Amino acid sequence: MSGTTILDRRSFLAASLAGGAALTFEANLAIAQTVSGAVEPVMLNAFIRIGADNRVTIGAKNPEIGQGVKTMLPMLIAEELDVAWEQVHIEQTDADDKVYGLQVAGGSNATPNNWLPMRQAGAAARQMLVSAAAKTWGVDAASLSTEAGKVLHKASGRSIAYADLAQDAASVPVPDLAAVSLKSPDTFRIIGQSVRGVDTPKIVSGVPLYGIDTRLPGMLYAALLKCPIAGGTLAGFDDAAVRKLPGILAVVPVSGGLVPKGKNDALAIVADSWWTAHKARDQLVATWDSAAQSGFSTDSYAQQAAALLGAAPASDLYKAGDIDAALAGAAKTVTADYSYPFLAHATLEPQNCTALWTADGRLEFWAPTQNPGAGRKEVAAMLGIAPEAMTIHMTRVGGGFGRRLMNDYMVLAAQVAKAVPGRPVKLLFDRTDDLRNDYYRPAGWHRLTAGLDAKGAIVALKDHFVTFGADGKPIRAAEMSANEFPGPVVPAVHYGMSLLTTNLATGWLRAPTSNAMAFVFQGFLDEVAEAAGLDLPELMRRTLGTPRDLPAEKNRPAFNTGRARGVIDAVCKLAGWTGKPSTTKANGKGSGRGFGFYFSHRGYFAEVVDITIGDDATIKVDKVWVAGDVGSQIINPLNAEQQMQGAAIDGIAQALVWQPIVQQAGAVTQENFHDFPLLRIDAVPREVAMVWVRTDYPPTGLGEPALPPVIPAIGNAIRAVTGKRLRSLPFQLG
Amino acid sequence: MAISLTVNRRKRTIETAPDKPLLWVLREDLDLPGTKFGCGAGLCGACTVLLDGEAVRSCQTPIADAAGKQIVTIEDVATLPVGKKLVAAWIDLDVPQCGYCQAGQIMSATALLTHTPRPGSDDIDAAMSGNICRCATYLRIRKAIRQAAGLNTTERAA
Repeated sequence: MSGTTILDRRSFLAASLAGGAALTFEANLAIAQTVSGAVEPVMLNAFIRIGADNRVTIGAKNPEIGQGVKTMLPMLIAEELDVAWEQVHIEQTDADDKVYGLQVAGGSNATPNNWLPMRQAGAAARQMLVSAAAKTWGVDAASLSTEAGKVLHKASGRSIAYADLAQDAASVPVPDLAAVSLKSPDTFRIIGQSVRGVDTPKIVSGVPLYGIDTRLPGMLYAALLKCPIAGGTLAGFDDAAVRKLPGILAVVPVSGGLVPKGKNDALAIVADSWWTAHKARDQLVATWDSAAQSGFSTDSYAQQAAALLGAAPASDLYKAGDIDAALAGAAKTVTADYSYPFLAHATLEPQNCTALWTADGRLEFWAPTQNPGAGRKEVAAMLGIAPEAMTIHMTRVGGGFGRRLMNDYMVLAAQVAKAVPGRPVKLLFDRTDDLRNDYYRPAGWHRLTAGLDAKGAIVALKDHFVTFGADGKPIRAAEMSANEFPGPVVPAVHYGMSLLTTNLATGWLRAPTSNAMAFVFQGFLDEVAEAAGLDLPELMRRTLGTPRDLPAEKNRPAFNTGRARGVIDAVCKLAGWTGKPSTTKANGKGSGRGFGFYFSHRGYFAEVVDITIGDDATIKVDKVWVAGDVGSQIINPLNAEQQMQGAAIDGIAQALVWQPIVQQAGAVTQENFHDFPLLRIDAVPREVAMVWVRTDYPPTGLGEPALPPVIPAIGNAIRAVTGKRLRSLPFQLG
Repeated sequence: MAISLTVNRRKRTIETAPDKPLLWVLREDLDLPGTKFGCGAGLCGACTVLLDGEAVRSCQTPIADAAGKQIVTIEDVATLPVGKKLVAAWIDLDVPQCGYCQAGQIMSATALLTHTPRPGSDDIDAAMSGNICRCATYLRIRKAIRQAAGLNTTERAA
């Protein structure tokens, strides 16, 4: 993503009468913003509809996966439009990046990317309404103010509702967005208020919202028989028995969606009921060609990784100073190996998509996706259909976590729909399909060595990272930053990398790469701190040094050491961290605490956990303390707290509950939640306490950055209680 | 075969295979999609409904086993006094994130408070441990149940 491209700055606003008396403002506003880090240029169409009853309909443009954007983005518009939240009705827009700009739920990017553009869209519309009022009353616009959907002329005591100005306002030239005046934060009436999720009342009354709930006249259903081995191809099939079953309409060979292109074959069984289609699968006979993939297994990856770690890295990620001399001259060295497994996303709503191939060769989708624009492109490439010949309706999404940044279900559903033109068809994975056809968080292995000087400062740092790749480069979500902390502040560093191959598709899992790197580096730094006679917060303070931005990769946000220090100090204060972990232990049992910090997705988070080790070596997190810095403004405190709590508890799941995805003879073996267990309520701490650290930076997102630090905090707490250092995930004692 | 049952206070008769799970009858035949499919194996609780007042996993309940029974789903749970309080607490505390599991959570909570009007913390965890929330809204689920039960909602670690 380019951070600085400036699009055409001309903006225009087209107004049209739509839906009777409702006036439609369509602001096609080509704008861009430059914020430190990867902020893409945004061309948005702020969709504000003012009804005759002064109700204001605001379009929510991004996919809602539970991160709260369907509420939060309209809050930004409503604030600057200066309407009362009670007047606002929110509609999910369709996917159309030409109208709405980038529509992605990923990277905790919605807040940083939309903080200004959404407010500008609201402010532009407000300014036009004010201009219309000034003209109506023959007064200077500067003498007018707005409040709760009305323009006020205080000098004369007059007021007029937006509804009564909307038609005139629509013919006012659109102001230059860069020049529209935005509210001062101390006058915010909506931003900064706790606002409940707009869909909450519907969710708790069972109103259909999700992709899986799509129901259309004449709709058909499809279940899949997928090649059990990723990358395998269909050699042949016999559907004679299936086709005789009542309710079965077709068996359709389909392909693609995972990697590599054109493979990952499957058969789609189309029926008048999903249950019928799914049950018929038992009688469908297919043979697959997967000889080329059958050698991949969890065990072979581990063996190859161990061999690679013993040799020199195949390539360099980052080098500084003379690492060999620095290690040779170090007063103390610490060496350790860390590893983590493949993981699935396990969204609770299984992957699904409804598609309709119309008589005129168009495709219409009802898609629970985090990334509809990418889905459009993928379908276009796979089916040879023009991107413009697709309509994509975005449904509410029953969990994303990165799984739905990929659009295999759209590609597959499109192929099924093409086979039954004129009939909408809903394709639905079952749980085993979902677990075995994921874009997995890739496993990784690290061999780390640190050298300390006589004062305990880190003077040398080496990491050999074994990950998965192709053509000399890491595959999706398998990379490591050359600037991984504390590399940039250590005088002699060598980060090197070696690659394994896999047939599995890999992908981004909530806080991608960070969920693994935080565990590795904050766990290892806890070992280094111990060697230096310090606790981890103190080692971090000394290593961070004076407040400054560290060097960043191109288009990546800079790591500011002062902001890191701020949350570390805040969480220590909140948790009453004393410098020495308050541990009561007897024979490896008892309670203790650990600390972790991480910077990811522009957010700074430091976390402390209290854990108890039980008689049977069970590890229970009793309490979590979180300090977070996501800039100057918490837009929706209620949702912010939800995201922070959810992310921290999700980290507990990765640390203690989730089991590695196991691959044998090329195939993932897990079937369901008995062998890929998710975190349940009895593993949840009684309390997650938190504090926000406000800093003078633009607000950034919260879907991800609270997750990574909790994982090393738990590992470090286990060390404090038991004396054992666990260096692979999930943490297991005994 | 024709199977009759009462769903959300309405007598319904469905022509269906007797082994079709109640979940899919609700979703496909009765147009009640509030009850969710998560695992198909009784492991996640997303499909929880009340069958004669007991929380059951509808994905594991063949429709034949529901013949003649009273079913309550999320679409109608607020007509029960306990369900009404729970739904109100769920809204007040804004429990959902993605929201996909919440119907099942509310149905399990309804069964809990029906049998145990003043549950302790361990009672809540035990009764709700069959319901997975992938977004981890568990802290608010606990709090909403306590609020609906008229209990102190402030929970602190020991």
